[in-house]
Amino acid sequence: MNWLPASVSGRSYAALLLVLAAAPFILEWIDQPFYLDLLSRALILGIAAVSLNLILGFGGMVSLGHAAYIGIGAYCVGIPSYYDYYNGWLHMALALSVSASFALVTGAISLRTKGVYFIMITMAFSQMVYFTFLSLEEYGADDGLVIYSRSEFPAWLSMDSSTSLYYWIFAVLLLALFFTHRLVHARFGRVIVGAKFNEQRMQALGFNTYRYRLACYVISAMICSLAGMLFGNFTGFISPDMMGWARSGELIFMVIIGGVATLFGPLVGTLVFVLLEEFLSAITVYWHLIFGILLVALVLFGKGGIHGWLSRLDRKAADHG
Amino acid sequence: MLVKLIRTAIIASAIIMTGMAQAASVKIGFVTTLTTPAGVIGEDMKNSVELALEHIGYKMGKLDVELIMEDDGFKPDIGKQKTDKLVKQDDVDFVAGYIWSHVLLASAKSVLDADKFLISANAGPSQIAGKRCDKNFFSTSWQNDQTPMAMGEYLNQVGVKSIYIMAPNYAAGKDMANGVESTFKGQVKGKDLTKWGADAQLDFSAELAKARASGAEALYVFYPGKAGGAFIKQYQQAGLQDKMPLYTVFTVDSIALPKLQKAGLSGVLGSKMTQEWSPDMKNQANERFVADYLKRHGKYPSFYGAQSYDAIMLIKSAVEATAGNLKDKDAIRKALMAANFDSVRGRYTYGSNHMPIQNFYLREVVADAEGRWTTKIIRTVYENHQDPHAKDCKM
Amino acid sequence: MDWNLLITQLMNGLQLGLLLFLLASGLTLIFGIMDFINLSHGSFYMIGAYFCGSIVAYTGSFLLGVVIGLVGVFIVGALVEWFIARKLYREDHLDHVLVTFGLILIFDTLVHLLWGASGMAIPLPDILNGRLTLGELVLPTYRLLIIFAGLLVAAILYFLVSKTRLGMLIRAGASNRGMVEALGININRLFLIVFALGAAMAGLAGMLIAPITEASIGMGNDIIIIAFVVVIVGGIGSVKGAFYAALIIGMIDTMSRSYLDLLLQLAMPDNYAETAAPALSAMLVYILMAGVLAFRPQGLFPPAGMKL
Repeated sequence: MNWLPASVSGRSYAALLLVLAAAPFILEWIDQPFYLDLLSRALILGIAAVSLNLILGFGGMVSLGHAAYIGIGAYCVGIPSYYDYYNGWLHMALALSVSASFALVTGAISLRTKGVYFIMITMAFSQMVYFTFLSLEEYGADDGLVIYSRSEFPAWLSMDSSTSLYYWIFAVLLLALFFTHRLVHARFGRVIVGAKFNEQRMQALGFNTYRYRLACYVISAMICSLAGMLFGNFTGFISPDMMGWARSGELIFMVIIGGVATLFGPLVGTLVFVLLEEFLSAITVYWHLIFGILLVALVLFGKGGIHGWLSRLDRKAADHG
Repeated sequence: MLVKLIRTAIIASAIIMTGMAQAASVKIGFVTTLTTPAGVIGEDMKNSVELALEHIGYKMGKLDVELIMEDDGFKPDIGKQKTDKLVKQDDVDFVAGYIWSHVLLASAKSVLDADKFLISANAGPSQIAGKRCDKNFFSTSWQNDQTPMAMGEYLNQVGVKSIYIMAPNYAAGKDMANGVESTFKGQVKGKDLTKWGADAQLDFSAELAKARASGAEALYVFYPGKAGGAFIKQYQQAGLQDKMPLYTVFTVDSIALPKLQKAGLSGVLGSKMTQEWSPDMKNQANERFVADYLKRHGKYPSFYGAQSYDAIMLIKSAVEATAGNLKDKDAIRKALMAANFDSVRGRYTYGSNHMPIQNFYLREVVADAEGRWTTKIIRTVYENHQDPHAKDCKM
Repeated sequence: MDWNLLITQLMNGLQLGLLLFLLASGLTLIFGIMDFINLSHGSFYMIGAYFCGSIVAYTGSFLLGVVIGLVGVFIVGALVEWFIARKLYREDHLDHVLVTFGLILIFDTLVHLLWGASGMAIPLPDILNGRLTLGELVLPTYRLLIIFAGLLVAAILYFLVSKTRLGMLIRAGASNRGMVEALGININRLFLIVFALGAAMAGLAGMLIAPITEASIGMGNDIIIIAFVVVIVGGIGSVKGAFYAALIIGMIDTMSRSYLDLLLQLAMPDNYAETAAPALSAMLVYILMAGVLAFRPQGLFPPAGMKL
């Protein structure tokens, strides 16, 4: 069966996607519908992590302000809904255009810096967005905004039920993964990755790395805003909290845990993060301690994240193969 | 592999846990804050709920009571997540608790859409009292506007001519400022809304200097949680006790007082606040509640605890009135509406929006017979006061 | 013009600036010399406050609380450097972010376990609870103490960095670490001292502010972001830069809190000004940083010869 992925990692990821695709049915069968909510939330964050991986993993641009785009996407659902505009296409168009504009402007400024300066300036911009929404009393400010009904789409595309929203999320996730895959393997991706390792060489080859990076940043922001739009629909509630720097930090961890610059890394990392958080918090109120220790141990002893571990399994299998 | 393993483990344990659910019991889910520094409030509520259940022997009528506590971590999306779990996975009959307005607003839909009963033991946002009122929602606390309105009224009653307002810059802070302004007839010489949120401003030197310079007769503040302690300390260090008497809402309570006493912050003694309950209220239910709480925990319960205790008693009254027939939602609703139980604040009735119509009192910080700092009722400010949003509720 | 108010606010700005300096100076050195991003620097701030509070509760002496507390935080900082930071100097910044975030979680929960969830109020001796009255001006004594302590530490640090051999090594390390290593200096010991010293100063800041506010879990996590802004604005690795940037930012923050709403009221209706002012004053600091990064990314006072 040649079309089956040959490596251990490939097979694991394929199996993962299959399980995720069938999740609503599996959960219905074992009568645990609540876990669909957990998975939905995890996959939404997974989309955001995949988008972040595009600039962070492949591009080497560490943004500590990516959660702002989740917020923008969510408010692009919340604010129209506040005025009783529930049209889903409107929400989507708003999310994509607002996030693209914001990313274009802030990216143009931020990408003139590198390394830790880039980290700080992206964080600063997201804090500014956070404080702006915090001051918008009309839309709830820090009390947040409740969304009473989901984005409206034609009946066959509706996201009204838990299951249909889950498949929306899954579909967007697949698209994000596919898009990332194509982008990275195209010339665009090679310039981005090349610039991460040696910018001067890429420039010597005649590529305007600044423009490529800016484009990458904007694309990443747009994908992330879709995650935000789905998040707003899922929780039915938005608040400026979701765009703070700590949330951006959590996204970075999800990418790192799974393995940077890999296709499935961010998805796996997010699943582990969310499930671990849920599982641990049920055990003890002091679960942060265990989580912190795991993080420290991961960095000190576990190189390459989960994907790195799977790759080592791949190599072992190949050696014995 | 690891992911699949973790997931299988979770699913397996979930299956086991569902199998252990009992049939003849009433399930109550209680959402409060148990982690983060605000967890002290949740602890008070948890203690009070457990005391209430002990007082009724963990039984409501013939049914056993099963209590499931959940922590919202002071975040609305986590509160909603936990609420979803209570509603969808644990299939509770009543969801109660909620300290914070924004957590309540985020979570309410999950409970009400599932046609389950939601009892707020603290949060009282205007939306749920007005436009978004719901037949399955009941409160054992108050509506956010009422307490500051009572303060404004009291200031009128004792002839205070001018005040300076300080509150944090978020929805509840603004409500507290607007509430007092809506009833106070004197002059507001200045208003400062200080930075709130994750990096909340805790150094009020700038604002206190402005307050002193304004020449206002009194200082009115709202600083919940740790900001309250910080504020009192700085108020005292600035030597303002003699210049500008302090009037507060939701800042000084039984949770903050032991800490303030330990730190010797006598500036808080003599300060005044409004509230719908005080530990020294003289009725049988309250005396039993406060005495047992004091005996077990060595400190007075707070109003958060009192309201949580009442939430359990309210549910009990409804369950017993319907002889344990939890399926008859209309009967339960009717019984809840009747509020036929001895609340620790004394009996009250429900308005059309299911918010209590109750008295509000002026409390002063004093030392009790054993020297412990607590609050005492000085006078009744409002009798049978109804919140201003009831008219917006279409029920 | 209310001169009393203005003077009080200037003092408050100075106080905030000096506290930020205590936090940022350690951070900028750790960052500049070891190239290590320490998000958990704020945890030392918190630990300092709790150590001091416990010792004050036990002995009744604020002075003892500060002295023993400083030693305690120094030791904790040294332990963190030895067991964790040291292993990661050559690694990616991402790893630093991940590990120090984990440390924040660990420290926050440990404090919760050891001291409970509710914060700790630290009582001051009566002599420090009073105030200085000059005519109509009222200055709380304790705040004067903070300003004095902050300036004293700044002076000691200045002396250390510019007049001692250790200081010379620190400055050299901030400008060009590789060269210092090549010259055969015991770089490990230097790093340990810098890290622990930075931690102690953060702890001192925590101890100074806690009697006014409170010692509470996670109290350092939010001010540390402002400290990072100070480091960036001042110039990574530069103590002088951290000093001036901290004062500037402390002043901007305090002054905008006091006067921005008045300024805005000139341009817009009162109730908009009321809510816009706090939001805007919170943003000002970040706008400043963004501006610095756009036009002078090496900071206002970068260490001499530093490569960007």
